[in-house]
Amino acid sequence: MKIVITAQGQDVSSPLDPRFGRAKWLVAVDTETGGFEVHDNTVNLNASSGAGIQTAQNVARLGAQAVITGNIGPNAVKTLDAANVAVFLSKASTVQEAVDAFKAGELSETRQANVEGHWV
Amino acid sequence: MKIAIASGKGGTGKTTIATNLAFVIAERGEPVQYLDCDVEEPNGHIFLRPDIRLTEPATVAVPEVDLSRCSDCGKCGRICQYSAIVPLNGKVLTFEQLCHSCGGCVLVCPQKAIREKRKTIGYVDEGVSGGVMFVQGRLEIGDVRTPALIRQVKRKIDSQAVAIMDAPPGTTCPVIEAVRDEDFVLLVTEPTPFGLHDLKLAVEMVKKLKRAFAAVINRSNIGDDRVHRYCREEGIDIVMELPDDRKIAEAYSSGRMIAEAVPDYKHCFEQLAHALEVRK
Amino acid sequence: MKELVIISGKGGTGKTSITAAFAALADNAVVADCDVDAADLHLVLAPHVMQTQDFVGGKRAEIDPHRCTRCGLCVDVCRFDAVKRPHVDGDYCIDAISCEGCGVCAAFCPQQAIAFEDCTNGQWFVSETRFGPMVHAALGIAEENSGKLVSLIRREARRIAEEEKKDLLIVDGSPGIGCPVIASITGADMVLIVTEPTLSGMHDLGRVAQLAANFSIPTRVCINKADLNPRIAQDIENNAHKRGIGVAGRVRYTDAFTKAQIMQCSIVEYADGAEAAEDTRNLWRNVTHGF
Repeated sequence: MKIVITAQGQDVSSPLDPRFGRAKWLVAVDTETGGFEVHDNTVNLNASSGAGIQTAQNVARLGAQAVITGNIGPNAVKTLDAANVAVFLSKASTVQEAVDAFKAGELSETRQANVEGHWV
Repeated sequence: MKIAIASGKGGTGKTTIATNLAFVIAERGEPVQYLDCDVEEPNGHIFLRPDIRLTEPATVAVPEVDLSRCSDCGKCGRICQYSAIVPLNGKVLTFEQLCHSCGGCVLVCPQKAIREKRKTIGYVDEGVSGGVMFVQGRLEIGDVRTPALIRQVKRKIDSQAVAIMDAPPGTTCPVIEAVRDEDFVLLVTEPTPFGLHDLKLAVEMVKKLKRAFAAVINRSNIGDDRVHRYCREEGIDIVMELPDDRKIAEAYSSGRMIAEAVPDYKHCFEQLAHALEVRK
Repeated sequence: MKELVIISGKGGTGKTSITAAFAALADNAVVADCDVDAADLHLVLAPHVMQTQDFVGGKRAEIDPHRCTRCGLCVDVCRFDAVKRPHVDGDYCIDAISCEGCGVCAAFCPQQAIAFEDCTNGQWFVSETRFGPMVHAALGIAEENSGKLVSLIRREARRIAEEEKKDLLIVDGSPGIGCPVIASITGADMVLIVTEPTLSGMHDLGRVAQLAANFSIPTRVCINKADLNPRIAQDIENNAHKRGIGVAGRVRYTDAFTKAQIMQCSIVEYADGAEAAEDTRNLWRNVTHGF
């Protein structure tokens, strides 16, 4: 299964980026093989609005079935829901920790935003 | 004649000037209209206490997609600069709060699968206060399309009357919308460092918009003389000065018109009306 | 790290003067001026600018007259009347002030004669002040996108606060209830609304308090110039209680704030020990106690 984790760096040891829409990197991990690939999400840092929506589209394009992040707003949740990508929130400090917690079934799926969207 | 009352800094007395000016013009028996374009925080009604006779919702166009016609080409998502329409997995999501109503998605859709529906962003009220025709916009809390609502308030301008626009503070999009096509702009300021700094921004703005303008100095006896000096050096007319007087502040605080509650200062507004008439 | 945003709804209630005093009273804080339309905090904090960067807010269309065949389609598709049709035989051009940056004209131009590119709308600064780091901005005149600039300033200020292990981020917010103020408050730990005992102040307080409630942000109120109209001050207090909002303090009406402004200092530097400075200190204690 392919899952995407929002990250501040370019590998699995880098810190999880708690922001969804304005995350710098998206790390896509194959949970069976443990292999990963990194995708630049920086284009969104300059988005005038809808950063969460754009990031959600990027995640969907990667073919992920689930995404793990720290905080997520309502527009991103709506977009991911339409793309059939499950959302998991985590306070893990690194990407690897988040993946391990996911595989151990410690994260529960959310269908709701935990922060307000717009602009932050 | 269309007059906008604006200021860079908030709280300098725009509404005081605008409402009292409308009041004294009405007293002379001339047709006058007060339009509250400070739609995020409209306060003119507190002083004019109008009898509201008509309230209309103010709406903007947002897209509505007929999925049965959609060919999933993705063009709507690519033309939209605001992420307000997102085609995904055979569905098309819309985010009405982000839409700027540019109509690009409707035009670009080869299947004619997108049409527009109206979404309410606030209300426009019309009424009367004595001899003053009253119009105000009220933005819905949580909405952000301030300029669109101001445009709808300005559609109510009566070309036969002196129209007085109470503009929002600042120098960005909402103010521009209120000020851009008026015949004359009054910039209200106060003689403090903040007042001076924001007056300079407002002057740059009206110059960029190529509007005729003059300054009004409120609480003219506080602070220092730098605002007066700046106006003199820049050749900006000061068409009115209103001193800081606790009687004025108290009348204002309880929502009373200065021209009624503190008649000593009524002549200031009459002189202002006269100064504006000369400039017609 | 906690983030405190000071807003007012109505302008001129003393929001920036209170923010400046908080900057002086805080031990370990970063300050951000998010009132980007009419930024005044720098007039008191006298920042020494360390870093200047352009703010790219949006895109803007521009017609290349050499490629334009004057077909007029751009005029028809623009909803914002931003394309100016020439008199007689001049060039079509875009009115930058009207242009909404939607790009529809560029997308439909059959000659690809319309460029649609990023434009610079202002500058933002990272500075040092006598009270610590400050992030602020100057938006170009008649520019847009202040909501986006507000987000950028807050994001940078947060980054600095986290890097330098500051306890507090103090944000001078925007007036009104629209785009910039929403961008100022979302995700903050506390909003302090500075109001005044006038009917206008009370009216605007109601609207801005509802906005803060919509975003579920803990809110406190400061009644500035409280003795100007004690009856309305009391009404505001009762009203705030009904909304579940605490009054963190009342500050007395005095010209000391104007005098401090002229001397380029905060009230606690200008008139420490005076009534208004004491009121402000009490307010600060109550606000920081709320975290």
